Amino acid sequence: MKEINLTVNNQPYRLSVPPRRTLLEVIREDLGLTGTKEGCGLGECGACTVLMDGQAINSCLVLAAEADGKQITTVEGLASGDKLHPIQQAFVDHGGLQCGFCTPGMIMSAKALLDKNPTPTEEEIKQGITGNLCRCTGYTKIIESIKAAAENMGGK
Amino acid sequence: MTTFYRRLPKFNYLAPDTLDEALSLLSRYKGKAMVIAGGTDIIPRLKRREIGAPEHVIDLKGIPGLDNIKYDVSGLSLGTLVTIGAVETSAIIGEKFSVLAQAAQSMASPQVRNRGTIAGNICNAVPSADSAPPLLTLGAKLKLVSQKGERTVGIEDFFTGPGQTALADDEILQEIQIPHPPPNSQGIYLKLTPRRAMDLAIVGVAAVVIPQDGVCQDIRIALGAVAPTPIRVRKAEAVLKGQKFDDALIEKAAKTAAGQSRPIDDHRASADYRRDMVEVLVKRAIKQAIRR
Repeated sequence: MKEINLTVNNQPYRLSVPPRRTLLEVIREDLGLTGTKEGCGLGECGACTVLMDGQAINSCLVLAAEADGKQITTVEGLASGDKLHPIQQAFVDHGGLQCGFCTPGMIMSAKALLDKNPTPTEEEIKQGITGNLCRCTGYTKIIESIKAAAENMGGK
Repeated sequence: MTTFYRRLPKFNYLAPDTLDEALSLLSRYKGKAMVIAGGTDIIPRLKRREIGAPEHVIDLKGIPGLDNIKYDVSGLSLGTLVTIGAVETSAIIGEKFSVLAQAAQSMASPQVRNRGTIAGNICNAVPSADSAPPLLTLGAKLKLVSQKGERTVGIEDFFTGPGQTALADDEILQEIQIPHPPPNSQGIYLKLTPRRAMDLAIVGVAAVVIPQDGVCQDIRIALGAVAPTPIRVRKAEAVLKGQKFDDALIEKAAKTAAGQSRPIDDHRASADYRRDMVEVLVKRAIKQAIRR
């Protein structure tokens, strides 16, 4: 077992984890934050995307031990109380989801993109979500949602 | 069909604080340890049980300084922990080593580029590794270290087969060293994939050209995914070197490159298609490089 310190959504945790445990398994199974999804488990689909020290990563490809000392943000960390984060609200308002399985990962990739680039072009939005597969929507409404979120958050 | 497991096999996790400690662990557990940097190739392969579980995983990320991008009189050096994303966004690499930045940009997804490293891409040594053709054309040298000392290997001598490299069991690739390219050189990386992202190259072509008044002063061409290892195609380079650029000669160089490739048939593409595409992409890369 390995002792690790994690900060998840501003909440510090001290955990003892087996070396082979992934960050995704810790987030979902040990911390009970099931917003983050496991799709392929191989870094292809992006459903498990979280922010680690502000950067989007596939939590299924990171050992929990490797995340020792890191700041993690999951989709649960975006809303303040009952008030959704502007990116979440834009996905609701613009129908940027159908089954919803890819949505948490999609929103975390959008967050990483808009944190770096508050006024992305459509092409930059597409590039920003290349690591997130959606099998329902055809992406059009997801892209519209991210565009709207950028506008609502003050980007032009 | 691969049997699919989602859980990782059991192993012990070691996180050394210094390179010396890492090398001593590696020498102690020789053959039973696996080094990880970003882990974006190794973790899925362990989950798929494509590779045997090591007794020990040695994580290099706790070692300070290995993620440095250095640019000085001797050229560019990339520490073993430099991520693909760091190369993609580095201003100096974009300006002076553009062919490498183009390849970095073409790889996987933002999530993978934030974790995966260039050194890892090289050490995994898949024939389609996108960073390999640019590094071949840039004449990169690899600094390999072990407890016994260090040695420097040219990248062309590093790849020995699909997934096989000159790296010994007790060695770590510490640094990728790239000499200054001549000031007027122009580099292009072209990657043929069915999808625009998250895909492996069917064919990868890097060309670095030094044009002067319509004459090809020097040229380097390297190919990915069309031979057991990434390769430089010197015969194709020789067709153009010192000659005046013209369409017929570029065509001849491209045909020579295709002739030097040794592609295989697989589910991604047939050997014939790959060979044809080498010709098309080499021609296109040279023309784009001259136009830049």
